[in-house]
Amino acid sequence: MAQMATAEPKKPRTPIESGAPDPMPLMHPLMRKNYGQWIYHDHPRPGVLMHRAKSGDEIWTVKAGTQRQMDVYTIRKLCDIADRYADGYVRFTARSNIEFMVADPAKVEPLIQALTEAGFPVGGTANSVSMIAHTQGWLHCDIPGTDASGVVKALMDELYDEFVKCEMPNRVKLSTSCCEINCGGQADIAIIVQHTKPPKINHDLVANVCERPAVVARCPVAAIRPALVNGKPSLEVDEKKCICCGACYPPCPPMQINDPEHSKLAIWVGGKNSNARGKPTFHKLVASGLPNNPPRWPEVAAVVKKILAVYKADARPWERMVDWIERIGWPRFFEKTGLPFTKYHIDDWRGARRTLNASAHIRF
Amino acid sequence: MAKELPETPLLDQLESGPWPSFVSGLKRLAKDNDMMADVLAHLETSYRTKKGYWKGGTVSVYGYGGGVIPRFTELKDENGKPLYPDAAEFHTFRVQPPAGMHYDTKTLRKLCDIWEKHGSGLIAFHGQSGDIMFQGIRTEKVQEAFDELNEAGFDLGGAGPALRTSMSCVGAARCELSCYDEQRALREVINSNLDDMHRPALPYKFKFKFSGCPNDCVNSIQRSDFATIGTWRDNIQVQNEYSRAYFKEHGMTDLVNDVVARCPTKAIRVMKKDEVKMEPQLSIAELDDELRLVIDNRDCVRCTHCLNVIRGGLLPGKERGVTILVGGKGVLKIGATMGTVIVPFMRLETDEDFEKLKELARNVLDFFAENALEHERIGETVDRIGLVNFLEALGLDVDPNMINEPRSNPYVRTDGWDQEAAKWIERRQREKQAA
Repeated sequence: MAQMATAEPKKPRTPIESGAPDPMPLMHPLMRKNYGQWIYHDHPRPGVLMHRAKSGDEIWTVKAGTQRQMDVYTIRKLCDIADRYADGYVRFTARSNIEFMVADPAKVEPLIQALTEAGFPVGGTANSVSMIAHTQGWLHCDIPGTDASGVVKALMDELYDEFVKCEMPNRVKLSTSCCEINCGGQADIAIIVQHTKPPKINHDLVANVCERPAVVARCPVAAIRPALVNGKPSLEVDEKKCICCGACYPPCPPMQINDPEHSKLAIWVGGKNSNARGKPTFHKLVASGLPNNPPRWPEVAAVVKKILAVYKADARPWERMVDWIERIGWPRFFEKTGLPFTKYHIDDWRGARRTLNASAHIRF
Repeated sequence: MAKELPETPLLDQLESGPWPSFVSGLKRLAKDNDMMADVLAHLETSYRTKKGYWKGGTVSVYGYGGGVIPRFTELKDENGKPLYPDAAEFHTFRVQPPAGMHYDTKTLRKLCDIWEKHGSGLIAFHGQSGDIMFQGIRTEKVQEAFDELNEAGFDLGGAGPALRTSMSCVGAARCELSCYDEQRALREVINSNLDDMHRPALPYKFKFKFSGCPNDCVNSIQRSDFATIGTWRDNIQVQNEYSRAYFKEHGMTDLVNDVVARCPTKAIRVMKKDEVKMEPQLSIAELDDELRLVIDNRDCVRCTHCLNVIRGGLLPGKERGVTILVGGKGVLKIGATMGTVIVPFMRLETDEDFEKLKELARNVLDFFAENALEHERIGETVDRIGLVNFLEALGLDVDPNMINEPRSNPYVRTDGWDQEAAKWIERRQREKQAA
């Protein structure tokens, strides 16, 4: 016992700064063999892709949706399927779908069956509504206005058919974000928290928790200034200037922006990352004021489904959401979707005049 | 002895429906893991009150300053004791995935075993910056869990004002539109700048992303400070077997409506075989014995739409490389901005080419470190100082491919015009001679 008490503390281990691992040893051997030598792909059915290489080799991919936030039992189940029905290799897409690759086309059907039986929807390829890019929300984030995984689960339940069928005019990418920072990113349809009231400040805590000049500097509209409140150094917000963006909240948690009642959800459409046809575009605000209504957010789902239904019925082949709206114009977008057009749709941020109609081009 | 599962009437409603349920996963973990039982109760509270209850802090591993996202509960009783003590700490590891996100099952199982042993057993594949997110570990376990992950060949990603974890598309591994070795480019650039990832000391975050073609599947223009996008300089390649197959299946109406009419620069025409005059800038694809699809590559902007539609019939050219854009970012603070072109084209094939890319990446990082204001992204710096100052600092030449149109206002001092014009003329001559 005496020996243990005097033992040297264990020297900490120095990390191996290996960075991003080499994917080559982890890649399906047929992909490794034909690396950079692919010449064609086909989409024989939803959720399945066939790629052909110069060598004549063909590799078949089966894509399935996951819940992204996965317990080890789910991951092991996916591994079991990969070992038994595929060749023991998988990859994940940027939108948290999992892909199984097989060299033998005869393995495709049993693999699809195994995934379906285990509850993983096969789809998400080509003209489908893809899995929703999302964030952390109440599960793990320190500044969330809503949840992420739950919103996604609720919406994907509603959009399940569109994930497995690939019947849209072109790809549809969705995202959700739990605050206006928009970590979920740009999308054909994005669902983002929109605060409607200025932060409520806990003046007892500001001086101890916040670096006040840094908070002042974060505000996009210079609405925050240092102030003495009840004899304590704190911050105050010019509520007439405040745009309720919440940028002050991460560096200063006592500036509580999240509000169970007044933090709403907004819907944005027409973001596109691809350069195909037009240049990439940002999504635009179309609806707001939707309640933050867990556990299934039915009001949000209703608007998303309405927009998708109109797009599906009206857009021509290869038109992404933004291409379709460019053709039919915004007046008809609001008419067809039944969404109200308000003064809040008109941008007044810097450079906003570029978004106004400086022409006699009018739609009737 | 595992805790009893908490009552979660709201979360329970997310167990029905056809999409896989993360709630069922959390509950399965909670059977053997007290942290997850308390996390469920914690999350149920958020669903009931519509508020979040985690705050940040400082937790890291020996030798690194970033990569762990600390979370401490704010749900406490009147004595300051956590209401859910086993969820009092719920930290996340950000771990860099293999480039292209390829895994064999042996590796995935190993990651599961490590996280089951030290953490909650909850893993997200992947976060929005591309990290594998190992969610839920107590402070005292952080070092030993990291040591095991690190010994297994994995390294922490970025957090805070630092170089961030990167992403590349599937690219050369399984896509006919790949124009360079995306996975190599990612590893060359990121792994030579790890100091800026592991020891955060930049003005703010900095993200690189690598897409193999202009379809930009990893969203690099909108989501990264430095976007590397595959493209080609010569003519679109043709595989007649596949262009004929497309035409046979789809016919003239689809060809006109989906391909010809959707070309953004009207670079495509359908012509009779006898009308086509062979010219060096034309790509000519056979549709049948009579008709040809004719693309004038000088008018083409490499949008890639026609390659997407006529799969295999049209492929990127042989002279492949990348376009580089700088300044993409999200909302804070000036509003979302896209990256803009700083290098219209550079080859990316030889070791030398990759060295050049690494050098440019390092120079941009150095410029950012030295010149950006605190909490300013590089796009905001470029906004503040103007693109020309940024290009001059990096020693890059101006190019009309960097703009949509020249300026439309006269508010500029132009007394260096003659020298600048002479530079352009000399550069053009040099390029012509080289070609």
